[in-house]
Amino acid sequence: MKKDRQRRRLPPLFGGAERLGGALPVLALFGAVLMCSPSHSREGDPQRGEVLYKACKSCHQIGAGAANHVGPHLDGLFGRQAGTIADFKYSSAMRKLGQNGLVWNEFTLDQYLAKPRAYVPGTRMSYLGMKKQSDRIDLIAFLKTLSREEPATDPQAPQLERAEIGSVAMRLNGDPEYGEYLSSECVTCHQVSGRADGIPSIIGWPKNVFIRALFEYKTNVRSHQVMQNMTINLGNEEIAALAAYFGSLDPQ
Amino acid sequence: MRKISRRTFGLLAGAGATSLALPHYARAQGKPRAVVIGGGAGGATAARYMAKDAGEDLDVTLIEANPSYTTCFFSNLYLGGFRSFDSITHGYDTLASNYGITVINGMADTIDREAKEVVLADGSRVPYDRLVVAPGIDLIYDSVPGYSAQAAEIMPHSWKAGPQTKLLKTKLDAIENGQRIVMVTPPNPYRCPPGPYERVSMMAHVLKEKGFGDSKIVIIDPKPKFSKQALFQEGWEKYYPGMIEWYGPDVHGGIKSLNPATGEVETDFDTFRGELVNVIPAQKAGNIATKTGLANDTGFCPIDPKSMRSQVDDNIFVIGDASIAGDMPKSGFSANSQAKVAAMAIRGDLTGSRVFPAKYSNTCWSLIETNDGVKVGAQYAPTDEKIASTSKFISQTGEDDAVRQATFEESVGWYKGITTDIFGT
Repeated sequence: MKKDRQRRRLPPLFGGAERLGGALPVLALFGAVLMCSPSHSREGDPQRGEVLYKACKSCHQIGAGAANHVGPHLDGLFGRQAGTIADFKYSSAMRKLGQNGLVWNEFTLDQYLAKPRAYVPGTRMSYLGMKKQSDRIDLIAFLKTLSREEPATDPQAPQLERAEIGSVAMRLNGDPEYGEYLSSECVTCHQVSGRADGIPSIIGWPKNVFIRALFEYKTNVRSHQVMQNMTINLGNEEIAALAAYFGSLDPQ
Repeated sequence: MRKISRRTFGLLAGAGATSLALPHYARAQGKPRAVVIGGGAGGATAARYMAKDAGEDLDVTLIEANPSYTTCFFSNLYLGGFRSFDSITHGYDTLASNYGITVINGMADTIDREAKEVVLADGSRVPYDRLVVAPGIDLIYDSVPGYSAQAAEIMPHSWKAGPQTKLLKTKLDAIENGQRIVMVTPPNPYRCPPGPYERVSMMAHVLKEKGFGDSKIVIIDPKPKFSKQALFQEGWEKYYPGMIEWYGPDVHGGIKSLNPATGEVETDFDTFRGELVNVIPAQKAGNIATKTGLANDTGFCPIDPKSMRSQVDDNIFVIGDASIAGDMPKSGFSANSQAKVAAMAIRGDLTGSRVFPAKYSNTCWSLIETNDGVKVGAQYAPTDEKIASTSKFISQTGEDDAVRQATFEESVGWYKGITTDIFGT
């Protein structure tokens, strides 16, 4: 059970499609064909939305006890000003839009989820978008059912420690200076600014999430050719150093 | 008394040499000087990393002949209509304004290695303590009998991005249904191993979009096999059936002559005529590297695999296409990777900063047809002999559409990432 939960919370360090076995682009294709007259008035189906939420839960937590993860927690989402959860490292684009008055509701979420990078250029969210409007209506219906619950009492609550691969690196104090040198290999694709322009943002991640992700590429739990190749020769010291360096960066 | 190490020796020697230099490009405040020749994927990255990481401790100068840089990588996507020319052209303003790099828009003519000065075409001299030489490639026109710089105005090579790329695009767009394209590909080693075959794919894409089913593209290859061959041939069969013919040396037997006036390529086997002939000749390190003795008889420059330092001159580092980088292919990604190792070694030499073990990497993405991208890549580490591959990967034939689309989208993200990393924009 624990193992299962852990797996479902994997943040995708690199594009989602390879890992999801192509579910997203297939969805996208269907969306393009079927998106004729959206039934906006239709009531969303939260049960179907829960199934669709699987694509989100690798980065987001929602419901009682939800904490910031790779993405911000989603408790109290509806009516929340964008980019305002304390201690979460938002992109400057998201913070600015919040300051400019962006508030999350059914309408704004629908637009954002359809094409995140078009709606908030510079967002750190790596998700490509949910093309089918009926899917978005169902997903938003599901988010509403849980988001009505009490907001998390402590959004920064530490996750339960558990024995896992990467635990040795997790106990190390990574050398950020070494990490900065090693990072020069990463930033050829992953931008230091934190922008996700087709390659995911990897800055400001919690240390252990970052370390776990790299180990999962090393061990091919996550399947991605470039990332597996990049991580295969990295040892505990290197991975801890990279986690320390990238974790220290703020979005630009 | 301070022990004179190799590092401090370099500093002292540098100070001695530069104080005698011409005042044209005066030395700033007695700071050690790093100079870079060539503002491409290697040179601009090296300049930016040295300036970014050394801050006030180092004076960094970048010498580049052109006011802007058009990337060879993604220039095939311009040919295919997937990118604008402007989107693959980058300026040097940010390197100057945000990183304090002195950008000299001028041609480096030669290197006075004795005096440790770069001599520009206008005669002025730029003193250095450490020099990065990143001139890219020069074309060996006469490696293809009958080819020349003049002939390239009719039969473009387009293997240095810029006016040649636009010329090829103009000629490609003028092709009519039933007309033929002939491509002569280069022998190893050359810049961008999958590049010619991605270019063929993009040309075929343009012809297919116009419904030119009667046109053909003929490839005359001096190599018996080529990069990502199975992937390209599978893609050509799938998207452009019957349009592309590839002839290896065992079929054509070698090129005997070119005739730019008639568009003919004569081989041992047959004479091929094309309304568009794209000739990519053999290559060597950029002129300045060969004329200053940094290259060996291969035409490229031997380096220390642990640092990219020239085997000929301790004060000079050669990176990118001009270097002999062992198992690494000549690519923008490789040059960018090598630049970071050289920049670290130079900072170590001149400012005493920490020097970590060298690591290198490369990935080359190619586009076969809309949303069908493939990739090949590897990690590398230095041995005593060379930069050696430690692990590698390649896209598989028969991958599903979603994987190929994700690979293409990844390449677009990579382009944004690497150009930001190179030019600081």
